Amino acid sequence: MSDHRFQPETLAIHAGQIPDAATGARALPIYQTSSFVFDSAEHAASLFNLQTFGNVYSRLSNPTVAALEERVAALEGGRAGLASASGMAAESMALMTLLQQGDHVVAAGALYGGSVTMLAVNLARYGIDTTFVDAANPEAFAAAMRPNTRAVFAESLGNPSLAVLDMAAVADVAHAHGVPLIIDNTVPSPYLCNPIRFGADIVVHSATKYLGGHGTTLAGVMVEGGKFPWDNGKFSGMTDPSPGYHGVKFFETFGNFAFMMRARMEHLRVYGAALSATSAWQILQGVETLPLRMERHCANALKVAQFLQSHPAVSWVNYPGLPDHPQHGLVLRQMRSVNTGHGSVTGASGLLAFGVKGGLAAGVKFIESAVFMSHLANIGDTRTLIIHPASTTHRQLEPDQQLAAGVKPDMVRMSVGLENVDDILWDIDQALAKAKA
Amino acid sequence: MRHYARTVPFHFAPPTRPNPMHNDAHTLRRILRDCRTIAVVGLSAEWHRPSYFAAKYMQQHSYRIVPVNPRYAIQADGSPGEVLGERCYASLADIPFAVDMVDVFRREADVLPIAQQAIAIGAKCLWQQLGVANAEADALVRTAGLDSVTNRCVKIEHARLFGGLNWVGVDTQVISARRPV
Repeated sequence: MSDHRFQPETLAIHAGQIPDAATGARALPIYQTSSFVFDSAEHAASLFNLQTFGNVYSRLSNPTVAALEERVAALEGGRAGLASASGMAAESMALMTLLQQGDHVVAAGALYGGSVTMLAVNLARYGIDTTFVDAANPEAFAAAMRPNTRAVFAESLGNPSLAVLDMAAVADVAHAHGVPLIIDNTVPSPYLCNPIRFGADIVVHSATKYLGGHGTTLAGVMVEGGKFPWDNGKFSGMTDPSPGYHGVKFFETFGNFAFMMRARMEHLRVYGAALSATSAWQILQGVETLPLRMERHCANALKVAQFLQSHPAVSWVNYPGLPDHPQHGLVLRQMRSVNTGHGSVTGASGLLAFGVKGGLAAGVKFIESAVFMSHLANIGDTRTLIIHPASTTHRQLEPDQQLAAGVKPDMVRMSVGLENVDDILWDIDQALAKAKA
Repeated sequence: MRHYARTVPFHFAPPTRPNPMHNDAHTLRRILRDCRTIAVVGLSAEWHRPSYFAAKYMQQHSYRIVPVNPRYAIQADGSPGEVLGERCYASLADIPFAVDMVDVFRREADVLPIAQQAIAIGAKCLWQQLGVANAEADALVRTAGLDSVTNRCVKIEHARLFGGLNWVGVDTQVISARRPV
């Protein structure tokens, strides 16, 4: 009997959680405890030596949090996951475990503003340089590689630029230089897109967005693909004895989940951005319905994009699910088709951007005129969310950095929610009418 | 945890789903339930080596470990050597009692004679560690009626199927509506 291969709809509900060994509880128990007892001094020693698996302290691991880690790893087709207190914490965990002073990163220019700041300001302060390149051009990644480059970082689907990355081409560039490709897969979610299938080595998520899906809880998850050859001579921290963990050689000891273990033991344990058990549980309630929600987000977003395209008060629309999006072919290749109940559409997620005629002032007026569309700095909620990135999420960037990140002055970003789509179109229409007045 | 012979050239980690019929979860569970005495060929006495990690873990989970390594079989003063508190033997043939499983931490090219010895001493299973998959040895023991596992770590599989690996966020691929037993 060979093992059955389960589909994502099943994994979203079951992966990482079988009935509780102690009680038989079918739903996931919340292990709200800081610490776990040792059976004996010998048991404690084995745990600290990493010779046996077990829980010590919830900053390192927690059974409720581990269920989220395993479930997202399974949904991504990765080997192992590691959760953190936010998406930014997941990203810093991936980058700071990998990089050290004197290293160089090649990153897509069209990134979430917080990611740009982390690379351009914070990591630069630690002597790590980043070159930002045009995400739509794989050759630009190749041209920016240096001998000290140790990571390539990009988003599968840019927020808010909605640039689509040719992941296989950029993975080839990274691997030709012996460095891993890190992909932020927050916007598609693991239901619509699995970057590891296209060559990514590490995937990061803000689980606050579609994974949680209800706008209640902050969380992040990093997933390790398990195929990167860490012993290629460029990553001594993976192969040499760890001074922070009494001489363990992570790659030799943990093999295809060595990066996750190193991030857990050398980063999470030290910097401490651990996820609480209760937060992990709340995110997992969302993950169980991720496939259903993503189908509706995609279907609603496509209808909204088509409506905006035909609306006289709108100057432009950017939605990768539209056939005239310049990278629509990549969307078809890299993202799942979803059944909407009225036929199949390409799953381009629920995020879109558009320009309101009348520029910045009209955009602001549109946002202030909405009835139930919420003006706030999040995406991937059940609710439809709208924001003006140039004056909010990306305001810490210089104007040229804003343009490089795909943020135009008149741009409105919309995260299309799960409300009745006719009601969403009604709210857009009445707000556009007020913006025009 | 991956435990592979250090000399094996290793550029990409083995697939997480090797998927030969005989290495499915049901069979692995049966092997790990039935085999209680494990001869570990190539066991190191150094605490930070993968073979020591794996053997110590199995010992802690109530398996009897039998070290097999000529390097530690006899001490400098001529007395018998020990690893993990168990008498160490120079070869499988020297073990004076029955063993259920022969767990191999040796390079792939060295596995065939170990497989022949495993059959000779009446072992029930030949287990080749992660990164080790000698096809000839695999076929030989299978023909002789033994269970055969290749390219997997006995510790990782135990922790995957009986609990523990799930606590560090590794995808165990276990989907079930039953309590772990």
